[in-house]
Order: sequence, then C-alpha cells, then structure tokens
Amino acid sequence: MQREMTAAVAQAPATDEPLLKVRELDKHFGPVQALYHVDLDLPAGKVTALAGDNGAGKSVLTKCIAGIYQPDHGQIFWQGQPVHIRSARDSAHLGIEVVYQDLALADNLDIVQNMFLGRERLRNQLLDEDSMERSAGETLASLRVTTVRSIRQPVASLSGGQRQSVAVAKAVMWNSKLVIMDEPTAALGVVQTRQVLDLIKRLRDRGLAVMVISHNLTDVFEVADRIAVLYLGRLVVQADASKFSLQRVVEYMTTGGSSGADRATSKES
Amino acid sequence: MAPTALLPRRADISSVAPEEAPDLTAAPEAIEAEVPPGVVAQTLGEFVRGYASRIRAGESGVLPVIVAMLAILVVFTIISPNHVFLSPVNLVNLFQQAAVIMVLAMAEGFALVLGEIDLSVGFVGAIGGAITVQLIQPITTNWNWIPAILAGLLVCTVFGLIQGTLITRLRLPSFIVTLAGFLIANGIFLKILLLGPFSGYPNLAGQSDNLAVIYHLMWGTIDPNVSWIGAGVVVVGVGLAIWLGDSRRRRSGLVAPPASLSLIKIGLIAAVAVVVVGISNTNRANLGTLEGVPWFIPIVLVVFGAWTILLERTKFGRYMYAIGGNPEAARRAGINVSLVRTLAFGLCSFTAGVAVILYASLLGGMSNNIQGGQYVLYAVAAAVIGGTSLFGGRGKPLHGVLGGLVIAGIYNGLYLQGISDVEWQYIVTGLVLLAAVVIDAVSRRGAASGSVTRV
Repeated sequence: MQREMTAAVAQAPATDEPLLKVRELDKHFGPVQALYHVDLDLPAGKVTALAGDNGAGKSVLTKCIAGIYQPDHGQIFWQGQPVHIRSARDSAHLGIEVVYQDLALADNLDIVQNMFLGRERLRNQLLDEDSMERSAGETLASLRVTTVRSIRQPVASLSGGQRQSVAVAKAVMWNSKLVIMDEPTAALGVVQTRQVLDLIKRLRDRGLAVMVISHNLTDVFEVADRIAVLYLGRLVVQADASKFSLQRVVEYMTTGGSSGADRATSKES
Repeated sequence: MAPTALLPRRADISSVAPEEAPDLTAAPEAIEAEVPPGVVAQTLGEFVRGYASRIRAGESGVLPVIVAMLAILVVFTIISPNHVFLSPVNLVNLFQQAAVIMVLAMAEGFALVLGEIDLSVGFVGAIGGAITVQLIQPITTNWNWIPAILAGLLVCTVFGLIQGTLITRLRLPSFIVTLAGFLIANGIFLKILLLGPFSGYPNLAGQSDNLAVIYHLMWGTIDPNVSWIGAGVVVVGVGLAIWLGDSRRRRSGLVAPPASLSLIKIGLIAAVAVVVVGISNTNRANLGTLEGVPWFIPIVLVVFGAWTILLERTKFGRYMYAIGGNPEAARRAGINVSLVRTLAFGLCSFTAGVAVILYASLLGGMSNNIQGGQYVLYAVAAAVIGGTSLFGGRGKPLHGVLGGLVIAGIYNGLYLQGISDVEWQYIVTGLVLLAAVVIDAVSRRGAASGSVTRV
C-alpha cells in the first residue's frame, strides 16, 4: 500500500519541477572548499548519475542532501519548496534514503530485521515479527529480488549483490521518493552488478528519483538518464546522458573543462 | 542513445576479467552452512542435514555445550564414589552452585552481546548483596526484605549506568572502565561491610523474618505438589506459545520450523522440567524430609525468561544485537546507540546484583572473602562456553544458563573427587574456557572466510 502511494506521489512532479533541486550550495571544512556553488536537479522517474574523481565532493554533496552535513550557503528545494535538512531523520521524513557504499547492514541480523532496523513494528510493546516479515517479503518480491533462499537468513550469508538488493529494498520500503546510491556496484561481480543495475531501473520505472554515485562509467551509461559531473567541488556539467560520450565524461571528471571534451568530440566526428 | 554504442558491452568486460568477478555460486556450501537450518528446512530431515552442514562449517550453536554437559555427567558419574554425582542431593547442590554463575553469566551477556566486556560484575553485584544484607539486619536498620533488595539492586544499576555513561560518552574502552569499576566496587563493598555490625557468617535464618526470606532464596523449597503444578503451568504456557506461534506462522506462509521440530522443542522443555522437578522432589535428607523445588530455580527462570523476552522480542533487544553486529549500521538506522549501550551496562550490573544476592543467600551472609574476581571469570567463561561470542552480536541468556551448568558441573565433580583445591578448579575451568573461546574464534573465522569468497 505504501509503495503504491510512493509511486503515485513521485510521478506527479516528474513532468515539470524536479523532485529535488540544489541551488548555489557551498560547503567548506576549515580552509578546504569542498563544494562551491553547486546546482543539481534530481527529477523523479529518472536516474541521475553523479560522477567525479576522488575528492571531487560527491560524498559531501550526498551528505548535505541526506542531512548529515549542513551546507554553509545555498538552498535545497524539495518538490519546489525550500527545505532545511538538519538530520538524517529529516531527510528520511521527506522520503530521501541513502544506500551507503558499506551498506550499513548488520551481518548478524536477518533480512527482515535489517530492513526494519530502527523502525520496527510493535504489537503489545513486543516486536510484530509476522507483520514485518510479510511486508519485507512483499517489498522484495515487488523488486523481484528472488534469489535469496530465505528472508530469515542472516545477512552474513548473502552474496554481495543480494546484500545490495536488501539495502535497496530497505531504502524503498519507507515510502521513499529519492534513493541515493553510493557506489552500488563497486564490490560486485558481473552477475551481481547486473542484478543491481536492473534493480535501479525498476526503481526508476516506479517513478522514484534515483541518484547513483559511481566511478564505473560503464555502469553509469548503462542506467543513467542524466549525468552530472563534479570536479574539485564544482558541478561542471549536468545534462541528459545522450549528450555525453564516455570520453567526454572522463574529460570533465579529470580536467573539469570542456576543452578536452571538444577534442574528444572532434575525434568522434 | 547514440553514445552507448561506443561503450564496451558488459559482456565484453566479463570476458576480459572473469576472475575479478567471483560469483556467489562459487562457494555454495559455505553459504549453505550459514543459513540457520530452522529457517529453510521444510521437514525434520532437512533440518538435521542443514544442522549437520552448519556444524561442519564451525557454526555449531549450543551443540558443544550440550556435548560438554553430557561428557561431564557421564565422566563424573562413573568416577565419583558410589556414582554420587548423579544422586538427587548432589544434583540439587550442583544447581545451587550453578544458579549464581548462571545469573552472573546472563548479566555478563549484556556486555558481551555489544562486543564489550564488564569485569566489574562480581564486586558491583557484591555491593548490592552487601547493601541488602546490611539493611535487613534486625539490630540496625531492620528493613523489610523487599525494599532492601530493591535498594541493593538500585545501587548496582546506578553503578552500571555510570560505567556505561563513561564508556559511551567519553568513548573509553569498557575493559579499562570496568577494571577501574572492579577495584572501586571492591573498595565500596568492603566499606559497606564495615558500616554495620554484621560482616560475616552468623546464619541468616531464624533471627528475623527478613533474614529468613533472604536465606530461603537459596535454601528454601517449594512444596513438591506445588512444584509439579508450577512446572506444569510453565511447560503448558511456554509450549502453547511455541506451538500457536509456529503454527500461525506456518499457516500464513511465513518462515517457520516444521511441526515436528516445534513438537521436539516443546518435548525438550517438558523433559527438562520433569527431570529438574523429579530430582528436586526426591527426598534429599538423611534424616527427616527435604524435598521440593528450591526457590532459586523459579528465580533463575524468571531472570532467564525476562531477559530472553527483552533481547528477542523487544526493540531494545533488537538494537542490542544490531549494535553488537554493526554499530555504524545501528547509528545510521536512527538508533540511539549511546543510550542502548548505557542501559545495557545498567542491566548488566542490575542482574549482577540479583546474582550476588543469591550468593549471599547461599553463604548465609556477605563476607569480605567473596571471590568477585574469580566470579567474573566464571561468568565470562559460562557465557562463552554456552555459545555467546566474545566479539559481539551473538549471545542469549540461554547460553549463560547452559554454560553455568557446565562450570558448576566441573566444580562439583572435582569436589566430589576430593579435589577441592582451588588450583585444580582454576586449571580445569581455564582449560574449558580456552576450549570455548577456540570454538568461538574458529566458527567466526569460518564465517569470515566464507564472506571473503563471496565479496
């Protein structure tokens, strides 16, 4: 029921206003300017890839959106309204879920326990395991995560791709509208990468906004509708994925400029 | 979409570096071994096979401790004079010796599940015991036993909360904080003993009603008929809860053990109840009658039941395991990690207080020769022997109960052999603890290497 609502709400603004808009965002740590005047749009029903070299500011930007860092200047708009995201709780309340690179799953807990961690359902003050197990099973089935043997097996016994799937399922179960994935395929083999990329496409097809942070440009081009590139704290370019070639994205990532990109374009033509 | 044509296909990449892409199918047996058999088994046969493969992979659960208990039972029964080990009077003695260790091990379990350790349990509990015993002395304060026990437990809890606060807020290692707590509590305990006229052994019983109540915690018995009825109520209650819960889950298609397994579980509980009550209801006195279940057994059961429900059926318990398994995941899930950890140390010290009040009852008073240091080690040993991990995230109150029986069994068996020297008790208990830690570490390494093959 929650999921259907998610899809309905998220699809509405897909046509006009981006679900989340970042405008002129600045963030510095002491003398280091981590983000400088960043403008970013995350429309619903689209996968936006955020590319950039190490230290470009991808994590900082993510954490500003997730409420873990507070930006120094600038504004974040959620469905057109200015919002202040002061904590992870605030962002979760809006419908923003972050799937971190290290997944933040507890190995000793089973899939259901992990998916409901921190938001357990209670009946008579005790955990309502039956209801949680049913909902977790429905969410996994709707995402077509079917390779796990039992929903009650500990996460320690899952493969990398299955863990990623559980982390994503955990993120989408909460009526979320924007899912941010940090290096979702970094530690995965080919088969498992395939699973996760398919899963990302399914989220998009449901009308969620997805932001994928990735070094792996092959994966980026495979799933992204839009690509944004950060270079030394500046968002140097964002556009539809069809406007880019692999070489151009690499130029943006490594030089931040379009001069290199021109050369690449000329080579192509 | 034109540029995608320029990109290498995913299939190309896989052909370039297949060895960098290990598949989950690479080590199916390792994965198999980590899935609890109760979770996937549809029949009893599947369960047994699943359990066997888990044991082979080092994930043996409570099996080692059951084997150890049987070994102790068989060996000491055979070698003890007149097979006295198996006599009802000795077995009730054994339960009595085990009770304190069991409760102390359940206390330690709160710290161990978090991946921490609490070295202070022995003497923090001793503070509680000393306060309770002092407050009920008729010639001084002469408190009623209920507020006296509550006061003792309250002081223990506060001590634990202070330790927990230091550990979580100042991020100090629990090993050091509770080592300091161990020394401080030892000193406070001795001070409390010196406060009143009472510091030793005049028998608690008979001097006042309140003294008698404390004395009867360990030495009083319940009428044999009431014992049977009580055991029946507990078995039927727990059995119904298991059966109704499992069959409801089976009906609604949720993960549930096969019916035969539920029945075996209930049967085991009933068998344990019958054995314990049967032993206790045998007349154990040489002269006159001494029969019935001693009071400490329901007391230990209440602690066991309460902490089992707390850890397995409440949010708090779920958060305990989450923090023990991955504190970062718990923090990101919005769990107040500091609060849970602080409360856990408070509960640990509270339970330690219960244990030492039982110990005071066993001794007939508190004295300055309580071996608080030794009892900590027994508590940790009992929990780990029972199957609790020293590395956090895994452990149940049941482990403390089973491990407590093993330690008390060794202690009791050696004593019957006339080996009452503490040297030998230390050495044997140490060896058993070492064995338990080895099993823990090996099973953990097995699980870890399994994960490596799957990353």
